[in-house]
Amino acid sequence: MAEFTTGVYQNEFLPDGGTDVNAIVTITCQGAGMAGQSGSGAAGEIIIVDTSGSMGPATMAAAKDAAKAALAEIVDGTWFAVIAGADRAMLAFPPVTSGPALVEMSEETRAQAVAAVDRFVGSGGTAISTWLDLAGQIFASVPQITQRHALLLTDGENRERPGRLDEAINRATGYFQCDCRGVGTDWQVAEIRRIAQALLGTVDIIPGPDQMRAQFEEIMRASMARGVADAKLRIWTPQGAQVLFVRQVAPTLEDLTDRGVQVNPLTRDFPTGAWADESRDYHVGVRVAAKAIGQEQLAARVQLALGDDVVTQGLVKATWSNDSELTAKIDKQVAHYTGQTELAAAIQEGLAAKAAGDDATATTKLGRAVQLAAETGNEEATAKLKKVVDVDNEAEGTVRLKRAVEKADEMALDTASTKTTRVRPAGS
Amino acid sequence: MTEQTSPATTPCPSCGAALAAGARFCESCGAQIGDASAPTPPTMVPSDDASDPLGDAPISAPTRRPADALPDPLPDPGRRPCGNCGGEVGPDLYCLQCGTKAPSERDHFREAPSSWVAGVCDKGPKKSRNEDAMALLSSEQPGQRAVLVVLDGVSNLVDSDVASLAGARAAREVLRTPLPAGMGTPQSRDAAVTKVMTAAAAAANAAIVAITDPDEPNPASATFTVAVLEGTRVSTAQLGDSRAYWFPDGGPGVQLTVDDSVAQQQIAAGVAKEVAETGEFAHAITKWLGRDAQDIVPSVAFLDIAGPGWLLACSDGLWNYASEPAALAAQIAAAQAAGGPVGPEEMAVHLVGFASAAGGHDNITASLARVGPLPAVPPPPPPAPSAEAPLTPPPPPPVQNAGEPTAPTESPAGEGAPN
Repeated sequence: MAEFTTGVYQNEFLPDGGTDVNAIVTITCQGAGMAGQSGSGAAGEIIIVDTSGSMGPATMAAAKDAAKAALAEIVDGTWFAVIAGADRAMLAFPPVTSGPALVEMSEETRAQAVAAVDRFVGSGGTAISTWLDLAGQIFASVPQITQRHALLLTDGENRERPGRLDEAINRATGYFQCDCRGVGTDWQVAEIRRIAQALLGTVDIIPGPDQMRAQFEEIMRASMARGVADAKLRIWTPQGAQVLFVRQVAPTLEDLTDRGVQVNPLTRDFPTGAWADESRDYHVGVRVAAKAIGQEQLAARVQLALGDDVVTQGLVKATWSNDSELTAKIDKQVAHYTGQTELAAAIQEGLAAKAAGDDATATTKLGRAVQLAAETGNEEATAKLKKVVDVDNEAEGTVRLKRAVEKADEMALDTASTKTTRVRPAGS
Repeated sequence: MTEQTSPATTPCPSCGAALAAGARFCESCGAQIGDASAPTPPTMVPSDDASDPLGDAPISAPTRRPADALPDPLPDPGRRPCGNCGGEVGPDLYCLQCGTKAPSERDHFREAPSSWVAGVCDKGPKKSRNEDAMALLSSEQPGQRAVLVVLDGVSNLVDSDVASLAGARAAREVLRTPLPAGMGTPQSRDAAVTKVMTAAAAAANAAIVAITDPDEPNPASATFTVAVLEGTRVSTAQLGDSRAYWFPDGGPGVQLTVDDSVAQQQIAAGVAKEVAETGEFAHAITKWLGRDAQDIVPSVAFLDIAGPGWLLACSDGLWNYASEPAALAAQIAAAQAAGGPVGPEEMAVHLVGFASAAGGHDNITASLARVGPLPAVPPPPPPAPSAEAPLTPPPPPPVQNAGEPTAPTESPAGEGAPN
């Protein structure tokens, strides 16, 4: 049985008249077990492979190889299916036209699925909305599956009328999780990130097809390790209070603020998907009515709920004090993640400005990003930024845009912008 | 010298983090561990004569503590409605509606043993814990018999909050039966009452010493003020600077006790009262209860009342803001002026509210007995103790512990005796 613990990092002391409470809530899961083994329901896994005409022979061969690597990682007994995606989606395995569209993994079904993947041929366009919709229909055909995860691999820009993909994302949101990987440099980071963020997955670039296999193995291993299906971050705030924002800030940055579902007038649930043995940090901002000096107030109960069961809780407090030594301190964790959030925004805005030809804004934003990455010790961001800009002064954030930049390096910086570092070593 | 039976560390019930021994809050998640102010069980000293006709009250042997000086278990503090909005209080001790922190039972408690006697003992807005304590008794019949016991634990000494409550309850046990009438002369009666009051102080002292770690360099200590009303007679006993007052309706109030304090010594030496009471040593007391107390014989005084009024026993958290009887009388009048007759609990709430609003720098306790119009013919003197049933104590809080320890820890006779 999985065990959850919560830690709250905040400065609970507010000055006279202060209203805004910031806290980092760390939730840790231990003993998650394997996907589908916790007794609460079965696990389902769908592998979606882009088989559009843009996939060249080498890319297609690598994609097949990677899909097979992913199949090898799916635990026996897990329900699974394979979708071939082009301008429409096709159920490549299992070969059924009605009834349950997933089968349980065994040596036999794995071999059959591998054979089906080997028959993939690239042709047609890219209509990702149809892929997501088919994945949803396939999951729905086996009601006992409660933990739904898909792995999407694409090399192309989505070619659909605007809005279509968003509608499909909305239909899938909260129903299944999806990790996304882009091959090459012809796909749109922002577009694929929208899918991954809404569907509680990760997004990354695979610069060379030879790296796909390792990536797929890692994703499947992570998915299979998520023994806790569908947990929700449940946030209670007192009457009259306002939730300013709710962000996952580690291991990646995800703004959850607008994804809340009201449970009762004081409580909202935010989806967090399935959990493995891991630790996630959430940054919660709450505005409460100011109270008198010396008063203590609970600003938020931050809980993790599995179904209706609350498995762990952290308390975010507010205490009004006229001791400025107490109230002026900013919690180290809060400061760190505030910087990381600004870092992600600076990178994304800087790259967007650069793409739009606004070099002045790009230079300012990416300069600020370099400064923030150094301040918050985000070495991955620093390394990736240095492939896009020449750094004159790291501490002051003065940079020059590089003349010639590999597109893949820009995309890698973009996809990595939401990866955060922790203040303390992970797991401590 | 008691056996440590609990493990050195236990997991936090909220987050599972290891707790330091004796932790009141989790260092990791901030959860309150149990009742943060729940008294630690005192060391039990067995009574060596269970058939003692005086109960086990330590009248002749102040080194023995009464068995029930173990503070009554406090009710689960999470179950009261929120004091701010009336909402339900969650298991984490915060309101489920407005998030206000619920005071623990020790931080704010009330006793109302009858319709005419009640008190409020409150942490006050500025203090981190409530070291005041109060224990009340009353007859059902208004005006017959009331006992008000107020102890103020000395600030910042280890376990002063636990000690003061144990002491107040121990004193109450001694005063459960009516005061003696003596041999028929006023002098004899006063001497007999003084003896009982001295025994009550000794019992309170024994209870405080019993919970004090023998090696503690700053042993818990407390003031001691008792006011007993029987018919038209008020008897008071005093150690330290808590106070008793009598406020006759429509007449000037009178302070019944004299502080054992540096301020009082200065006043006696001619320093102006307001200067002395706000001076540097205003709150330094010259007598107290506790292991390091020099003199635990209380000053006993008497007053015969002639009409209706209020009897008040309070801690300095109240009288700091209204030391003169007239100033307190004005507060009582203000509460009554607001709208018709006021019961003792409402009056106590009003007085605590007044002290909180006036600054609230200390714990605040106000206990009151409302004496109504006296019968035309004074009631007969109270009968002998044996002829009268014991008074009704306030309803005991729900029992939390399974029972008293079955194997009391051995303790050498006379250990911790105050001298």
